[in-house]
Amino acid sequence: MAKTYDVIVIGAGIVGSACAAECAREGLSVAIIEAGIIGGGATAAGMGHLVVMDDSEAQFALTRYSQKLWDAVSDELPREVEHDACGTIWIAADDEEMAEAKRKAAFYSERGVPVEMLDAQSLAEAEPNLRPGLVGGLRVSGDSVIYPPCAAQFFVDQATARGADLFLGASVETITADGIRLRNGSSISAGVIVNSAGSWSPALTPGLPVKKRKGHLVITDRYPQFLRHQLVELGYLKSAHSLTAESVAFNIQPRKTGQLLIGSSRQFDVDDARIDTSILTRMLDRAMEFLPDLRKLSSLRAWTGFRAATPDKLPLIGPHIEHKRLYLATGHEGLGITTSVGTAKLLAAQIMNRETEIPVAPYLPARVTQETVHV
Amino acid sequence: MSETVTLLVNGVSVTMPAGSMVSAAILKTGIHGFRRSVTGEPRGPLCGMGICFECRVTIDDDQHCRSCQTVCRNGMDVRTDG
Amino acid sequence: MANHACDVLVVGAGPAGMAAAYRAAQNGLRVIVVDDNPAAGGQIWRGEQAHPSSQAAQVWFEKIRSVDFQLINGARVFDQPRAGTLLAETSNDVFEVNYTTLILATGARERFLPFPGWTLPNVMGAGGLQALVKTGLPIDGKRVVVAGSGPLLLAVAAYLRQRGAEVLLIAEQASSVQLVKFVVGLVGKRSQAFELKKQLSGVPYRSGCWVLAAHGTDRLESVTLFRGGKRWTVECDYLACGFHLVPNLELAELLGCAIDGDGVRVDEFQQTTVSQIYSAGETTGIGGLELSLVEGEIAGLAAAGKHDEARKLFAEREKQRKFAERLNRTFALREELRQLPAPDTIVCRCEDVTFERLRAHSSWRAAKLQTRCGMGPCQGRICGSAVEFLFGWRAESVRPPVLPVRIGSLVATDFSD
Repeated sequence: MAKTYDVIVIGAGIVGSACAAECAREGLSVAIIEAGIIGGGATAAGMGHLVVMDDSEAQFALTRYSQKLWDAVSDELPREVEHDACGTIWIAADDEEMAEAKRKAAFYSERGVPVEMLDAQSLAEAEPNLRPGLVGGLRVSGDSVIYPPCAAQFFVDQATARGADLFLGASVETITADGIRLRNGSSISAGVIVNSAGSWSPALTPGLPVKKRKGHLVITDRYPQFLRHQLVELGYLKSAHSLTAESVAFNIQPRKTGQLLIGSSRQFDVDDARIDTSILTRMLDRAMEFLPDLRKLSSLRAWTGFRAATPDKLPLIGPHIEHKRLYLATGHEGLGITTSVGTAKLLAAQIMNRETEIPVAPYLPARVTQETVHV
Repeated sequence: MSETVTLLVNGVSVTMPAGSMVSAAILKTGIHGFRRSVTGEPRGPLCGMGICFECRVTIDDDQHCRSCQTVCRNGMDVRTDG
Repeated sequence: MANHACDVLVVGAGPAGMAAAYRAAQNGLRVIVVDDNPAAGGQIWRGEQAHPSSQAAQVWFEKIRSVDFQLINGARVFDQPRAGTLLAETSNDVFEVNYTTLILATGARERFLPFPGWTLPNVMGAGGLQALVKTGLPIDGKRVVVAGSGPLLLAVAAYLRQRGAEVLLIAEQASSVQLVKFVVGLVGKRSQAFELKKQLSGVPYRSGCWVLAAHGTDRLESVTLFRGGKRWTVECDYLACGFHLVPNLELAELLGCAIDGDGVRVDEFQQTTVSQIYSAGETTGIGGLELSLVEGEIAGLAAAGKHDEARKLFAEREKQRKFAERLNRTFALREELRQLPAPDTIVCRCEDVTFERLRAHSSWRAAKLQTRCGMGPCQGRICGSAVEFLFGWRAESVRPPVLPVRIGSLVATDFSD
């Protein structure tokens, strides 16, 4: 191929697609390289939860920034993206979790995120299928859900409409000094290469502190009245925090279709994509502890996926410390759908040598030094 | 053993030969659209053998029952969503 | 959770499963048969236990009554939690079966091809309408068009007529050239063919003929047919339309059995590529009743270690396989059927995905992900053979559960080892 692009984006998952769309919007010439299908990795497997999270100021900043960007584009999203502003309820099963809910509420309130504390009764009214005996919860009404593969397609379409070239079925063998070489032997050169290959990103950039973190999901048949909000147990945070253990946490999403998407599980150091019945059972048992009537519902499919996880739970967005042309946009763990759009803005700004709209230091690859290892 | 069974389809009493499937009972009452598709089309049984899931109705408050694979029983309460 | 144990587990109580269970039980093995229907017989002998409609049915129902085995009805196998164990769900329960040997006789289903109006109520499969009538649908005086492809159309038309339906015509897409070749080659089945011909006298059988569209507002009212350049419309109450059969392979795939183009790959003793798993009947490739019976017998005998006795049946199986090959060649689908769907014709009925949305994609995986075609409750069983014919897309690997089950059943596995 004779053409030299301004930017090569490797991986057309939701992060790569959003980056490609943003770079194309900046007027850059973009090549999108996807070995499989658009949105076929973690984007296909995960829940499309657009959520603010407060594990750290940096995580909050990125999710909040991203959520505003999603809100701005929500009217343009095609019907198939199924954007639904259903909100999240964080569930407190005991007093300790209720205290955590209050802390979260204060944190969000101070930063302008609309929140509402729910006591036991108002929780039951908000979600009648929850078991009795829960203490209460925190409703975050600004959260929403989408169907991510169609969102990735939407971003790719935005990019190609602005002149980006899409190379589907093109597998990258190596990132070179000035571009990429594909497995079929051909090369493409570019001023900038973006590795947004999710859990495949360390294969292309050796030494990247990104590890695969396996998750399980189950989807039910259509039960339109069963659930109104995305529900997450506050114990979820314990699961997402742990760097070593295998864990499950209650997380359930109502789709616009009326189907319920049930998660979540986390396992490190498992390469096998097959369903682990023992983890699946633990995950579903946990879900039934909150929603006992799930037991009778019809489940259509179960599957697994791999999140791309970093040691500090923040993604890598910015230039590689050694390779002069290489940028990273990967390591989003369970927040890739939400932060894809924020990532795209931060990446494009850095490529254009412009100030970012939120501080970018916490996400720079340079922060992760040689001494950082996975526990 | 009785040679017929009597059940309710949308509140209407229907008597069928013992061993009949609920799908036949529904059709016998003159209902052809058992449910609505995701875009609202009326749908009825297609495969007759429990594979297509087009014949689903609510039986005794259980949703998504395949009526072509459910044997009629006395007193069953069948509700279609045509 | 209930836990059963046996020497031989047979999945499917149609002719192949019945024959396998009979032979295994006859040789002293402890046999369990699991089947989704309320009684043995599969599709072809559905509900015939008390009143067999043919000599073969009578013989085989008597045979299974003459031996001792456990038949668990209304049960659907959905997962293999560990080697040697299958999980099954009933309408209100879930149970495990531990086995030494497994025989998969999961049979076949009809192939459906989309055409305008095919989603209207009262458009059914050919076997589909027959199953409904067998299970209590009154058809007396109703006008039925039987269409699609395959010998099943004749059996269905004859049956419906017997039950009082007015069968207006049988539209077979295969050409008369193909059909004549087939009929001429029917050695040993002439009496059956002749019997059918008698039962269908007066019913037009049109070759090279297919349905272009079904019409109606909230149910079927008429169909438009095509033959040799001519179109005409027929008013009717039911359309019984199916395009021959495809094997039910999901469980075999889940268990890791190698699949050839036509069905599960088996050796001369009906053993699959997975040790201790056998397969018989339509699951190994569509071939009709007699082939299913002899394959079932061979599998049952092999499971019982009676290889010499099994060998005695090889010649019969070979004869039936030759018939099966001719059968499948005769009823191969013609190219024109690929033109049947209009852009707005629904291909995936579970998710209402239209033809035009699907053909925008270059692979099954992309189509599934972007449109959710094949991601509904039927898990691609209805649209799968259609998209294979229309686009050449083949289904991917199978995950448990191989059919929808209650969440409570998914968690039922006992992990204590």
